[in-house]
Amino acid sequence: MKKLIVTLTAAVLAGASTLALAAGGADLRMSPAPVHRLDAESLQRGARNFVNYCLNCHSAKYMRYERLQDIGLTEQQIKDNLMFATDKIGSTMTVAMTPAEGKQWFGVPPPDLSVISRVRGADWLYNYLNGFYRDDKSVTGWNNLVFPSVAMPHVLWQLSGPNRLEIKEFDDHDKAVAAAIAIKGLAKVEALPGGKWAVLQVGADPDAPGQLQPVQYREFVADLVNFLDFVGEPNKNKRISLGIAVLMYLIVLFGIVFALKRLYWKNVPH
Amino acid sequence: MDKIMNWIDARFPLTALWESQWGKYVAPKNFNFWYYFGSLAALCLVMQIVTGIFLTMNYKPDAAKAFDSVEYIMRDVEWGWLIRYMHSTGASMFFVVVYLHMFRGLMYGSYRKPRELVWIFGCLIYLTLMGEAFFGYLLPWGQMSYWGAQVIVNLFSTVPFIGEGLGTWIRGDYTISDITLNRFFAFHVIALPLVLIGLVAAHLMALHEVGSSNPDGIEIKKQPKDPKTGLYLDGIYSHPYYTIKDLMGVVVFLFVFSIVVFFMPEMGGYFLEYNNFIPADPLKTPEHIAPVWYFTPYYAILRAIPSFFNSQFWGVLAMGASVVLFFFLPWLDRGAVKSIRYRGTLYKSWLAAFVISFLILGYLGVVPVTIWGQFPDSWPLLGGADKATVLARILTLVYFLFFLLMPWYTARDKTKPVPERVH
Repeated sequence: MKKLIVTLTAAVLAGASTLALAAGGADLRMSPAPVHRLDAESLQRGARNFVNYCLNCHSAKYMRYERLQDIGLTEQQIKDNLMFATDKIGSTMTVAMTPAEGKQWFGVPPPDLSVISRVRGADWLYNYLNGFYRDDKSVTGWNNLVFPSVAMPHVLWQLSGPNRLEIKEFDDHDKAVAAAIAIKGLAKVEALPGGKWAVLQVGADPDAPGQLQPVQYREFVADLVNFLDFVGEPNKNKRISLGIAVLMYLIVLFGIVFALKRLYWKNVPH
Repeated sequence: MDKIMNWIDARFPLTALWESQWGKYVAPKNFNFWYYFGSLAALCLVMQIVTGIFLTMNYKPDAAKAFDSVEYIMRDVEWGWLIRYMHSTGASMFFVVVYLHMFRGLMYGSYRKPRELVWIFGCLIYLTLMGEAFFGYLLPWGQMSYWGAQVIVNLFSTVPFIGEGLGTWIRGDYTISDITLNRFFAFHVIALPLVLIGLVAAHLMALHEVGSSNPDGIEIKKQPKDPKTGLYLDGIYSHPYYTIKDLMGVVVFLFVFSIVVFFMPEMGGYFLEYNNFIPADPLKTPEHIAPVWYFTPYYAILRAIPSFFNSQFWGVLAMGASVVLFFFLPWLDRGAVKSIRYRGTLYKSWLAAFVISFLILGYLGVVPVTIWGQFPDSWPLLGGADKATVLARILTLVYFLFFLLMPWYTARDKTKPVPERVH
């Protein structure tokens, strides 16, 4: 038992530290992604957002269109509204752009998004899509707080508006961290030369609003991430509901086996 | 029915085999919690073989198709996701069970005379299992599969003189490639499973020949027999007593197993690493390569040993030695008693130190050596050294001393008298 506790503690510690590292240092504060795997409407909106905005450069080559029936769409709805590149419902979500073309145009081929949610996690994706800001020094004119110098331009900028990077300076680290926590969203604490600290966040440019309000944009991204999470493992809901049934079965089975064991062992002298 | 059995028994010792191996096998009646893990290891083996057979039906051992075929199993094959999660979770749970089974052996002196061969077959099973897990981990052909294999095979390249040729010989190529994938597939699905099954049979036959030990370390076969039952005083038939008791263990195990399979199949990135959902890319080395959790104590030992004479081979040697030392336990232990129940504080302290070292080394093997930063430069000797590396070195020393000092501290230990009957 003691060993188990030690193992678990070590596992938790290790998990926490890996997470911190995955975030690119402990100074990046991300907000949790509002992902709801059972919210069919959100998933359907996410599917619409995905095929309209992502599925031109990014493929999801392991995902079949027909699988969208799992999020409550009918075959006809999928064919009419979501399939632009093919008319076969059993096709996978591929794109016409080849990896070579992608490399030529963007420097790196846009990655396939089938299992991106399993690599990055929903939180990372949500904050990444909220993390774009205008940066004249970069090649694309855009930069990202979560993924600095990312090759992808801000494809959704018309919706969000050209956000700006807002920087606030603080004298010491504690105050900077407190300010970052108070933002209650994506923020980054960075050391400045001269012992000062900066808190970075992405904010809307009041002179150039996007087509969506900031709240609406975050919802748009949340739907999209929810959908990507579904695409990463389309069987997740089935897995979880089956799991509950299996556990209940095992509890009943344990009762029977336990009673049997007691019965048999009654005549073993202690 | 009797007629059929008689017909078979006249031609093949079926009844005799069943009775000697389980049906009429007499075991001590006082097995505790720690004695579940033997039968659970057997369950894991069977589960891995059965799920493995079904995975093989859809998996393609081809560098261009392997990753795709795994996703195909996860999405398009009926129940493929369940079979695959059972197999990936089964691999890790197999090691959990085997580690607990080995710890039981350490606690109760299960390796002591006359069970030396039972123990040695067990150690061989452990070694084979490590190979089996290593070969299998390449098959999904993700980034961690690829670079993990690259790192491990490169270990063999550090062997003096023949190293480079040895690495190429193992890979069948100058880097990990399609050729490597094909041969690892062959090792994983047929070569090592055959060896494993053979070793498990030998492990069980040897055990059933000498009889099981127990938490008191008392040899029940030295007891007089009960005139009524004809059994040793503290012995009971395995069947039905341990059949039903182990079945209870199986249900509890399956409960834990199902929690992982159905609710946390990645187990926070420890059973299925997140980076392994990126297809293998020979041109892009991941920032941080960590082996799967069951290898991390050894990986930490490997990294802890500094290079001497411009060679990393010493670390590899230490890592190999840390596994091989287990084989010698029956002869290193010179204690008057077998079980921890009657051992003195010396053995208990060393065992505790060993287990703690093993666990912390396991943690250190997951994280980068820079995790806790460095000692200040002004410190003598330690100045500038990674704190994690220094700790790993101390723990590696403890790990080795547990074995190497064992003849001394077990002989000196103040043991308690062992009773005649089990508790």
